[in-house]
Amino acid sequence: MHKHSIAELAAGLRGKKFSSRELTQHFLKRIDAHDGALNSYVTITAERALKQADAADAELAAGNAGLLTGIPIGQKDIFCTQGVRTACGSKMLDTFIAPYDATIVEKLDAAGMVMLGKLNMDEFAMGSSNETSFYGPVCNPWDKTRVPGGSSGGSVACVAAGLAPVATATDTGGSIRQPAALTNLTGIKPTYGRVSRYGMIAFASSLDQAGVVARSAEDAAHVLQAMSGFDAKDSTSVERPVDDLVTGLNTSIRGLTIGLPKEYFADGMSAGVRERIEQAIATLTKLGANFKEISLPNSPLSVPTYYVVAPAEASSNLARFDGVRYGHRAEGAKSLEELYKRSRGEGFGAEVQRRIMIGTYVLSHGYYDAYYLQAQKVRRLIYDDFKRAFADGIDLVLSPTATDVAFKFGHNSDDPVAMYLNDIYTIAANLAGIPAMSLPCGFVDGLPTGFQLMGNFFAEARMLNVAHQYQQATDFHTKWPTEYAS
Amino acid sequence: MIIPAGWEAVIGLEVHCQLSTQSKIFSGSAIAYGAEPNSQASPIDLGMPGMLPVLNVDAVKKAVTFGLSVGAKIADRSVFARKHYFYPDLPKGYQISQYELPIVYEGLLDIELEDGSTKRIGITRAHLEEDAGKSVHEGFQKSSGIDLNRAGTPLIEIVSEPDLRTAQEAVAYLKKLHQLVVYLGICDGNMQEGSFRCDANVSVRKIGAPKFGTRTETKNVNSFRYVEKAIEYEIERQIEVIEAGGTIRQETRLFNPDTGETKAMRSKEDANDYRYFPDPDLLPVVCTEDYIDAIRKSLPELPEAKRGRFVAEFGLSDYDAKTLTSSRELAAYYEAVVAASGAEAKLCANWVATDLLGALNKMSKGIEESPISAEAFAALLKRIADKTINGKIAKDVFEAMVAGEGTADEIIKAKGLVQVTDESAIIAAIDDVIAKNPQQLADYRGGKDKLYGFFVGQAMKATQGKANPDALNRLLKERLAG
Repeated sequence: MHKHSIAELAAGLRGKKFSSRELTQHFLKRIDAHDGALNSYVTITAERALKQADAADAELAAGNAGLLTGIPIGQKDIFCTQGVRTACGSKMLDTFIAPYDATIVEKLDAAGMVMLGKLNMDEFAMGSSNETSFYGPVCNPWDKTRVPGGSSGGSVACVAAGLAPVATATDTGGSIRQPAALTNLTGIKPTYGRVSRYGMIAFASSLDQAGVVARSAEDAAHVLQAMSGFDAKDSTSVERPVDDLVTGLNTSIRGLTIGLPKEYFADGMSAGVRERIEQAIATLTKLGANFKEISLPNSPLSVPTYYVVAPAEASSNLARFDGVRYGHRAEGAKSLEELYKRSRGEGFGAEVQRRIMIGTYVLSHGYYDAYYLQAQKVRRLIYDDFKRAFADGIDLVLSPTATDVAFKFGHNSDDPVAMYLNDIYTIAANLAGIPAMSLPCGFVDGLPTGFQLMGNFFAEARMLNVAHQYQQATDFHTKWPTEYAS
Repeated sequence: MIIPAGWEAVIGLEVHCQLSTQSKIFSGSAIAYGAEPNSQASPIDLGMPGMLPVLNVDAVKKAVTFGLSVGAKIADRSVFARKHYFYPDLPKGYQISQYELPIVYEGLLDIELEDGSTKRIGITRAHLEEDAGKSVHEGFQKSSGIDLNRAGTPLIEIVSEPDLRTAQEAVAYLKKLHQLVVYLGICDGNMQEGSFRCDANVSVRKIGAPKFGTRTETKNVNSFRYVEKAIEYEIERQIEVIEAGGTIRQETRLFNPDTGETKAMRSKEDANDYRYFPDPDLLPVVCTEDYIDAIRKSLPELPEAKRGRFVAEFGLSDYDAKTLTSSRELAAYYEAVVAASGAEAKLCANWVATDLLGALNKMSKGIEESPISAEAFAALLKRIADKTINGKIAKDVFEAMVAGEGTADEIIKAKGLVQVTDESAIIAAIDDVIAKNPQQLADYRGGKDKLYGFFVGQAMKATQGKANPDALNRLLKERLAG
């Protein structure tokens, strides 16, 4: 059952081949059997899930079910869930139970989906390897000595290993796309403002965007459709009807123009990755797409720009974790200042502290103009590059997602800059606010690789269409890591 | 206090004015004063993870209303910024405020000085921001409580130019500003509850010095009297320090109402680096021309204009007009009395400004708590106008009305106070008085004109004060002339 697509699961539920309760129990059993080693879930909500499954079965029986009714899903532990702990990968929130649901949790609940549990992640979504989680690293199901990528490490590991059919994730600088590429999944980060941020714990507010990781573009389309939409509770969410992401999946891509930014194809990616990407370009060409070299001249500035903007916003967003109202509170503090220092010193891990310090520095008096303001100007230039490309008749932009296949645990952990360079291809889309996705394009030494598509604002439907057409012509995305195949 | 010769003070005020919206600036929580601690604090106000601010458009409207009333510019695009510091009553670790791009800038306020002249005070800016919560120390041991009911209450911070030169000017400015925001209906003006708070920036310099001296900021002075005292104390202290050869430190000071002194709270070196940056959770506030025009059209008549109109339309003295326009409620009361009574506008002004306000003062009540409604008051003045009672009797009726004895007509009837206009009755009373006082009559006729008053008094007394004064005067003169 765990290898079925969402459409197949929906058909199975309707055809009474299995009930939502049976489906849910199947996944809970698999979690029980495999997650001890993978560590993708930090909280398993079996009771809540079975209750939702029973409600879904009742809806199915009554004929009121939607396509997603009764389909299990894993929620990244960055989305607040009423009555269920939301820890965000941090000791700071180890005991935090929100009295509210994130808007996307509410929406997916309303669509009838069954939440299996909350998924492991880098602490406050800061990391590219899921090694910064307070709850320990997550293993890559393709090779347990390797990282699954981050920050949505739990989301990708559980879907790749069949411990959930699909999972939510978030992406601030590549946290959906890079881990998707490293685990043979399809991950999409929609346009900034397309999915509500209400109830999603903030890392860098102007970059954070929720999305999906799935085993196909089609599955991703179904879930993203249900998550998207304007939310009056998020001032940055966009008041615009949601496009139909599913109907157009089978549209031909003949005549589509895809730009290849020369800056992204310079040095940087491994030979194996380059080979797979070139193969993907050839496949898409066969499907009728035209390719054109373009230039995004400011893209080399993406990483430094991001590592000013994101820590600056993070240092501000994380100021609320002070031990006063909720979250970790140091024992026995003798003064207010000591309470702050120790609560935050004990509650936050090293990477989070590093980013708070960088962010505090770049916003401080006398440095603001040189760093934050400058970064915002460069951010504008990065966006202008894309704008120019799209205005010149480019429909989508294609690039690698990650420089290489998944790396070994500990590989980059004492070199933050090397770790930050993992995001080199993915960051620009966050800075520009445009949608982007990663999809599988083959293997290098048995490890998955992916390529990235980026589109203009609200081009999700077109991107998913191209991804689906590519997946009709290839079978990479159908491959399973041996251990979890049966 | 007199500033010593050769010295000059330079004063600028920052006023925090709480906007009287239904709910908070970034959440739907109520903002009623005095509620059970934390009963008006939602997850947004508590700064819970994942919570996002949503701007209350009524707060924007009220800020724009203020801006237009002081002839300020309204920014077509203003930006909320985060101001960071750690304090237990600040749930997010930052206050959402406006920094580089405030919604209101470059306004003016004319104040009246004691000598009757006016002075124009610049308003640098007014920006929207959220209030913090409160720490509660009473009833706690070895710990403090935090009440976040106030956290997120909408404020405008109104910053003046350093145009004020004396504590009295500062108070005149504050009073004018206070009157204005209450008039506009954007603030309840309650200073005890902290709806209108003031920080005073004060420096001194030798007259003619090219630069301002180093300034101190005295925080949260919450009454007009305290503002005056605090500023006077600061001026005196600073001059003393400088004259003794010392220098003024740039610092924040706190006023102690018990001692009348200010005390250093923290110096510039200890000040927070607020690390302002635009709040990425909120979009810039865009005010279009149409939006601003619509607010401009809905502005109420401002005190200045109303005062001018009262002089022109009702023929009042500037003094009376000023008194009667000191609050929007009083002006409305007065206008209602004029309209309903049909009495002469000046007569109404005398009665409202002198008798009614006098009585209210004695009871420490505002016009909105007046025991006599405008309609009831008009009914009294109507009886003067139609000569049912004279002015003297009216005072008694008014006293009775204040005492709650009924309407003017009820009291007049119950006490038999209807004016005597029947001339034969008045003549009879006069003749009786003359007959009883032959000596005075002789003296009067002998040239002692002053005795006329005596006869008026006696004759009035004989009619129990009810005689029509005009008729009485005319008839008395006839009779005395013989």
